[in-house]
Amino acid sequence: MTEKKFDPVIVGFFCNWCTSAAADLAGTSRLHYPASIRPIRVMCSSTVDPVYLVRALQEGADATILGGCHPGDCHYITGNYKARRRVAIVKTVLKSLGFDDTRVLLEWISGSEGPKFARVMNEYTDYIKKRGPSDFKYLDSLGGEKVD
Amino acid sequence: MAMKRIGVFICHCGRNIAGTVDVKRVAEEIGKREDVAFSTTYVFMCSQPGQKLIEDSIKKYNLDGVVVANCSPTLHEKTMRNAAARAGLNPYRVEIANIREWAAWPHEDNPEAATRKAIRIINATIEKLKANASLEPIEVPVTRRVLVIGGGVAGMQAALDIADSGIETILVEKEPSIGGNMFRLSETFPTLDCPQCILTPKMNDVGGHPNIKLYTYSEVEDVEGFMGNFKVKIKKKATYVDWDKCTGCGECLRVCPAHVDSEFDLKMAKRTSIYIANEQAVPLKALIDENSCIRLQFEKKVKEGKIKPKKNVKICSKCADVCEPNAIHFQNNEEIVEEEVGSIIVATGYEVMPAEAFPELGGKYPDVITALQFERLLAPSGPTAGIPRRPSDGKIPKSIAFVHCVGSRDPQNGVPYCSRICCMYTIKQAMLVKHALHDAAVYDFYIDIRSNGKGYEEFYHRAKEEYGVNFIRGKVSKVYKVGDKYRVQGVDTLTGRIVEVDVDMVVLATAAKGSSTVKELAKKLRIPYDEWGWLKETHLKLKPLETPVGGVFIAGAAQFIKDITDSVSQGSGAAAKAMALLSKPQLEKEPLLAKVDPEICAGCGRCKDQCAYDAITIDPIRHVSVVNEALCEGCGACSANCPTTAIQVVNFKKGQVVRAVDVLAEVF
Repeated sequence: MTEKKFDPVIVGFFCNWCTSAAADLAGTSRLHYPASIRPIRVMCSSTVDPVYLVRALQEGADATILGGCHPGDCHYITGNYKARRRVAIVKTVLKSLGFDDTRVLLEWISGSEGPKFARVMNEYTDYIKKRGPSDFKYLDSLGGEKVD
Repeated sequence: MAMKRIGVFICHCGRNIAGTVDVKRVAEEIGKREDVAFSTTYVFMCSQPGQKLIEDSIKKYNLDGVVVANCSPTLHEKTMRNAAARAGLNPYRVEIANIREWAAWPHEDNPEAATRKAIRIINATIEKLKANASLEPIEVPVTRRVLVIGGGVAGMQAALDIADSGIETILVEKEPSIGGNMFRLSETFPTLDCPQCILTPKMNDVGGHPNIKLYTYSEVEDVEGFMGNFKVKIKKKATYVDWDKCTGCGECLRVCPAHVDSEFDLKMAKRTSIYIANEQAVPLKALIDENSCIRLQFEKKVKEGKIKPKKNVKICSKCADVCEPNAIHFQNNEEIVEEEVGSIIVATGYEVMPAEAFPELGGKYPDVITALQFERLLAPSGPTAGIPRRPSDGKIPKSIAFVHCVGSRDPQNGVPYCSRICCMYTIKQAMLVKHALHDAAVYDFYIDIRSNGKGYEEFYHRAKEEYGVNFIRGKVSKVYKVGDKYRVQGVDTLTGRIVEVDVDMVVLATAAKGSSTVKELAKKLRIPYDEWGWLKETHLKLKPLETPVGGVFIAGAAQFIKDITDSVSQGSGAAAKAMALLSKPQLEKEPLLAKVDPEICAGCGRCKDQCAYDAITIDPIRHVSVVNEALCEGCGACSANCPTTAIQVVNFKKGQVVRAVDVLAEVF
């Protein structure tokens, strides 16, 4: 048997007002993107604790994507700016620990950008496919369950 | 206590979900979970029998939580929560798993993957739901007043409808008079009514209505608060005239020596520096434009130290000298007023692209003007008294060319959309030219004629058959000057021949865009807009008047360019929405807000720094954070910054999200 094709796992945190709506629109418009995107709706990108991103990577995700409203368009005024800082910090920490910081992606996708949503999901999945599986998930030597 | 008896209801949505996702397999898989007491599928969960199924199952299986796997929660979350409430289950124990837009539709090419993804989304939703608390809506008092922004026909209609119902309305207009773009028009299609006849009664109704507080020449400076309780700061711009005294007699206009382009006449005429917006302005008051007033400019320069005034110098005060009621005081009377309202209607209208934006179509020449400018030349109250004259030399044109779709349907040079109203107003203008100048030749270059309204197609045929307007199907490529005339070069796509006509004037039907100041306003209101300046509605088809911000509605051309009929309908529609909101003494607010556990809160104040609504304070005695529920919007920015998990959003607690993430991140 040939080796199984690498199907990445990407956990997407999508803000309720923009990126979730864009995901709805992409669906309504029948735009196709890989099922490797595993979505969860959060109220705002600012509510995404860096812990969520790290947790997803630790539990088996090859990448995470955080989708929020465009700068200046946040439903909660400035939530996306807070998210931007948090993501910057997570990336810095990952990088300084020797991990691949491109496995955390922040994208601004507004509610009317269904095509952009599908494009980002396609491009990011392709990118992660090329990068290969994340080594972060094997980092459970602290006594946690083996994930695979 | 985590839920142990969850019911999962999987919707087929006809074939929308079931055509891709193997719903039966999903129900079986989910049914294997220990915490799931019941799982089933049904063809339309949102239908009456579908809702009945949920209600009956809650009672029959004594369910303590419900997951409905169907479409986006924006569509039926409320439906399902109401169904649960009818069966005695707290509505906040219901969660939606979106397996239509997020699984069935984007993965319709891969049913196996879509099915597995649906199962995963449902499992993650169950994990999130398990720790949901039962909640009751929060009641907030409501201010029974409405703010309408924009005094065009849509805003006026909204204000009148609300005021007639007995609710106090505040109307803010940035120009010195209400009336909007409609009041600039010559006559309206397809009835050929003149706005001066049909709009002035409405304007006067607004001006004299006991329930309408009118702020013209004013702008919204700041908006705070939330649905039912907005605090609005309105800037009344400096008029340098006491409007309580001004009678609108117009004596001052006759003596003012400074002249500038008229805003109302769109540069087709001059006005004096002290001016009244137009002859039928409401309110009929004079104001001084500080940028052109000789006296105010002089005083400004003196103040800045650029000029040293000689002693006993006489500065221009001609207007004040003739003003009998002594209304002109030259004092900067800019003022910020605060108003409290329960609901806001935004009706800021549209603008058209300037002719200068299209140099290839001759936009740089004075006799090549926009259709809205041409309206002023056709208007009986306009600078040429309804007989069109060339702006360059004042001659009456013997031939006029109209060009449709200038910038519209043209993403390279303008906008990708159709501006909707241009076909009809161009046909109307062509007719009116024939009314005013019987022997003038009229050429109308169009791509398609879009006459989709009551009486519109008939109107088009009248122009063709009775008025002898030359309709040429084809786009104009170039307009250039040949002697005293303008050569319009285009193609007639019906005959396939190049067409060249020499005309005295060219009218461009330029693309419509949202008002240029609307983006700034939208930011203050926190409502979304698109790149063309149109305000974005909650749902294009079903919620065209609503915005994502509760209590803020949109009406008229602010949402997208539309004709008068549609603008008036939307004005009334938005008014009905606002009135419905204010019909209750208390508003119910979603209880999904931040909550502090004072046992673990250290009072560090990091949450306070994150809050965009100033909803968090630190209790000085207990030294813990306290959330003001009326102000909190439930975004959760605070919770992500809390080092101790003391502050969390109810039903979006960290444990809940992390458990859901664990399911999503699982490799298999």
